[in-house]
Formats: sequence, structure tokens, C-alpha cells
Amino acid sequence: MNTMATPQEKFIFANPDKVDRIFSQYPDKKSATLSLLHLAQAQEGYISGSVIDTIADLVECHPAIVMDCVSFYSMFFTKPQGRHKIQVCQTLSCSVNGADALVDHVTNKFSIKPGETTDDRRFTLMKVECLGSCGTAPVVQINNDYHEGLTNERFDELLESLP
Amino acid sequence: MNAFKPVLTEHIHQKDCHTLPFYKSVGGYKALEKVLAMQPDAVIQEVKESNLRGRGGAGFSTGVKWGFIPKDSDQPKYLINNADESEPGTFKDRLLMNKTPHQMLEGMIIASYAINCNTAFIYIRGEFYKEYQLLKETLAEAYQANLLGQGILGSDYNLEVVIHRGAGAYICGEETGLIESLEGKRGWPRIKPPFPAIEGYLHCPTVVNNVETLACLPHIINHGADWFKSIGSEKGPGPRLFCVSGTVNNPGVFEEPMGISLKELIFDRAGGIPENKQLKAVFPGGSSSAILTAEEALDVKMDFEDLVEKKSMLGSAGVIVMDETVDMVQACLNIARFYAHESCGQCTPCREGTAWLVKMLTRIVNGQGKPDDIDMLYEITDNIGGRIDFSKGSFGKTICPFGEAVAWPVRSFVEKFENEFRSYIQQVEAVA
Repeated sequence: MNTMATPQEKFIFANPDKVDRIFSQYPDKKSATLSLLHLAQAQEGYISGSVIDTIADLVECHPAIVMDCVSFYSMFFTKPQGRHKIQVCQTLSCSVNGADALVDHVTNKFSIKPGETTDDRRFTLMKVECLGSCGTAPVVQINNDYHEGLTNERFDELLESLP
Repeated sequence: MNAFKPVLTEHIHQKDCHTLPFYKSVGGYKALEKVLAMQPDAVIQEVKESNLRGRGGAGFSTGVKWGFIPKDSDQPKYLINNADESEPGTFKDRLLMNKTPHQMLEGMIIASYAINCNTAFIYIRGEFYKEYQLLKETLAEAYQANLLGQGILGSDYNLEVVIHRGAGAYICGEETGLIESLEGKRGWPRIKPPFPAIEGYLHCPTVVNNVETLACLPHIINHGADWFKSIGSEKGPGPRLFCVSGTVNNPGVFEEPMGISLKELIFDRAGGIPENKQLKAVFPGGSSSAILTAEEALDVKMDFEDLVEKKSMLGSAGVIVMDETVDMVQACLNIARFYAHESCGQCTPCREGTAWLVKMLTRIVNGQGKPDDIDMLYEITDNIGGRIDFSKGSFGKTICPFGEAVAWPVRSFVEKFENEFRSYIQQVEAVA
């Protein structure tokens, strides 16, 4: 099956053992879809057409079904992102505790608006909805890590520390 | 009220409280030992009698939910731990997972035993990566100690627990959306009935319980249903994790008996409002609840009944405080934008309505509001949410309660602070 991909190399999971382990956990193949997408994105940085084809083959469904998931869930990206995805929570508790200032800070410092990536691909800035850490607002998730109760100063130090 | 001692969070400030040795040192897994010597029906009966109501938001009786699982079916049964915590203002399950994951796991094993389930899932929200890593260690410890796997603690009971990561979708906290998501699809809620207890994951009988709900179970087994019922409000007893955030001095998770006054939560536990500013409005139960004015907030008990009387709800017990400096129109837009982003797109009133709300509120905030916008906001919220009647199990005009979850708060902002909306619009008229 090769409906979604433009001519490009077939995507292969770097660690087949991990794929086997994922499948062994579920009573059916399709339930492994999200876990395989996470694994592929950790390897590639984003979900390409060939990733979708490979996963569709593995879980035995049409690539459109996998694409359906990719487009539905906010954590999957169909294009390459910056090395550091700066995800600023903008929902109410963060908003009333200075989240907008954090977004402005990145915009001013690196000349990128939400949704944009710096030319050197170091940072992608995103505004995201509630990260579930309202008690330590404002909160920013950078890649997998939460950074809580940020001030502009601490945020700045944090950004500087990222390669 | 007698001095209340935390139950779920008693040990969270102690060193290594997340580890198995620590949990065992404070009586952990004693309830499991007890349960393994009981008949599953007796476990269900005990939980029914405790009147434990779900801590995720809907507040349905846990024991009754379990009781719907058919006993004569030879299909596999599944338990899913709903750790997809994403209701704005709610951050208690994350705390439980970080600090006392074995308490939650013990609850999962008890629940699984009660419904005769041999494979259980933890559906954790995708963003909680650190917690996901930690839970993997928790499971490894439990397998090592024969608390999971084959022949648990020498009994003939087997249970596998699988951690499944979500991928960023609020709607997957709704139990049928969650099940669809676990099956490898977009998280579109299902039409009910059939309820998951009859036809859930892979068409098999399934129970979905929230993290905090599960964490209550070992305590109910250890101390009995009567003890649980003696804590807090009669019609929805037990300890409850209240999350307080927004404009307060000391935001956080506070474990209190059901029925504590909201005033005490805000001004005592959460330290009141910075710079002694005035309280303006409060979400009592996550952003899906109708907001309360300051006057209403100072006169309400945090339990299922009292909040329904105030035409709001306890929901996920996520309290968001807004002081006098918070602009109600902008706060309303913030919440509407959240729901527009998270609408799954399945039902037209919600998919289109949430987008319209954002457009209209944006226009009002930008000084381009029209005089009849207020009426139109009411009309749209009615069209999304309908007039819900929980007593009849009504779900408004959409497949799942997300419709009400946006209609209620938006409508409450407009109803209770109509002046602020009007003043935005009148400025426009004055300019025109």
C-alpha cells in the first residue's frame, strides 16, 4: 500500500524490538497505532508520508486511517520542527499569570511568531491549550519537559541553556 | 467538623514516596491482599456501599458502574484508568501519579479483580512524559514483586497492565472518545447506549475510572464503606482533591472532605488573592462548569448537591479564581477558544458553534461588537448545549457532554457579567 507517500524511501523503525514489544501489549494490531506514531516521531522528528505507510502496513489498515490520527492529535507534526518545541500554555490560569508575556518574550528575542521556527531551526514557538499544570502557572513545555512557575528571567535563562 | 487527615495525599511530602518499598512501609497493598481473599461481588458491593462517586467530572457511582459489567459474558473485560487529565484548572491526577503511583495501581488491581479483568490500561495524556516514564518504573516494580502478572501474590488471579500514551486531545478524557483513541482512531465519542460496560474497548465490556477514583479504593477496602461515608457530604462522600489556581497567593492541590466551603478553599488553603484584590468570579469545577460570581462563590459548599443548586457543578473540582483585574470578556474568549480548539468536529452544533463563539467574542474584544451580539451568544450556546437535564440523562444536542461543557461557562459569563460585554459593545457605538 503506498497511497500517501510521494516517492521517497520507505520508513523503517530503527528498533524493531520496540515495535514488537508495542504489539505484544495490545490484544489487536490497530490499538498500537498511537504508540507506533510516538515511536516514529521520536525517531524522525515528525510524521512523514512514508511513516504513515509503514505504520498502516504494520497495523493492517488503510493509510488514510493512520493519517486521520495524525491530523486529529495535536502532538503529531507532519512537518519538521525546530530542535526545541517551545509550547506555551495559554489557557486561563496560565493566561492570568503571565503566559502572554512569555510568548512575547520569545517573539521579541528570536523574531518568531507562534507557529514559526527560527531560521537556524533551533526553536519552534507554539501556543498550546491547557497542559494540566495550572497550579504552577505559567507553564511551558519544551519538547518532553515541563517548566513551571516561569518568570521572564528564568525563561530567558532556560532558552539560553538550550543548544 | 472533625479534624480531617489527608487520605490520598498523606505521604506525598515524604522522601521516595513514589517507590514500592515506601508504599509498602505505610501499609500499601494490604488492601489487595484482603481483596484477593474476597469474592469479586463482595468487592463491588463494598464500593457501592461506600457511595464513591467518580472523580473525573461526571460523578457517577463507581460501584454501580462496575455492576453493569455482565457476569455471564465470556468476552474479555477491560479496565481503563483514565489518566488523560486535561480539564483546565485540574492538576490532581498528575500529582497522584508523581507522588503515589502505587496507590493508584493498587486501586487498578482491585477494580480489575472486581470486574474480572485480566488486561488493564493506563491511558495517560501524551504531554505527561515524565509521569509516563515514572509509571513504567512503577509497573516494573509491581511485576517484580508479583503484584502484577500471573498468580498475583499466590492467588489464581492474573493481570497485565499496559500504559498507553494519548497524543494531545482533550476529548479523549470522555470515556468513549478515550476508547476510540485506544483502538487507534481519532477520539470521537460514541453514541450511547451501548455504554462501555456493555460494549467498550474492542466491543468488550469495559470500565473507565479516573486516577483519583482508583486511588480511593485501597482506603475503602482497608477501612470499610462506613468509614468512607463518614467523611464529608452525605450524597457524595469521601476525601477530594481540590485544585486551586488562577489569581491566588498559594495555588495547589488541597485534599479536603467533600463539602468544604469554597471560601475556605480560596481564602484559607490557597492563601487568598494577591495584593488583597477583590474576588470577581470563580470556576468551581473546571472550565466546563458555569462560573460563580464572588457573592455566589462565598456562599457555596464544594459538593455535588450544593453546586448543582447554584446551577453549576463540582466537575473535576478544579477551582479557577479570577480577581477584579480579570476582564470577563477576555476570560470568556480564552475559554471559548480552548473549546473551539478541542472540539472533535463530529457534531455540527459543537464544531461550528464553538468556532462562531470565538469569532464573535474576538470581534467584541477587538471593539467591533454589534448590539445584538449578546442575544446571538445566547442563541449559539443554546444551539450547542441545549437545555440539559441530568436527571433524565439528557445530553443536549451533541453526542457527548462537550457541548454543555462549552455552552455552560460561556453562557454564565454573559449572564453574570453582561455589563462588561455591553460596555465593550457600547464603546463601539459611541465611536460610530
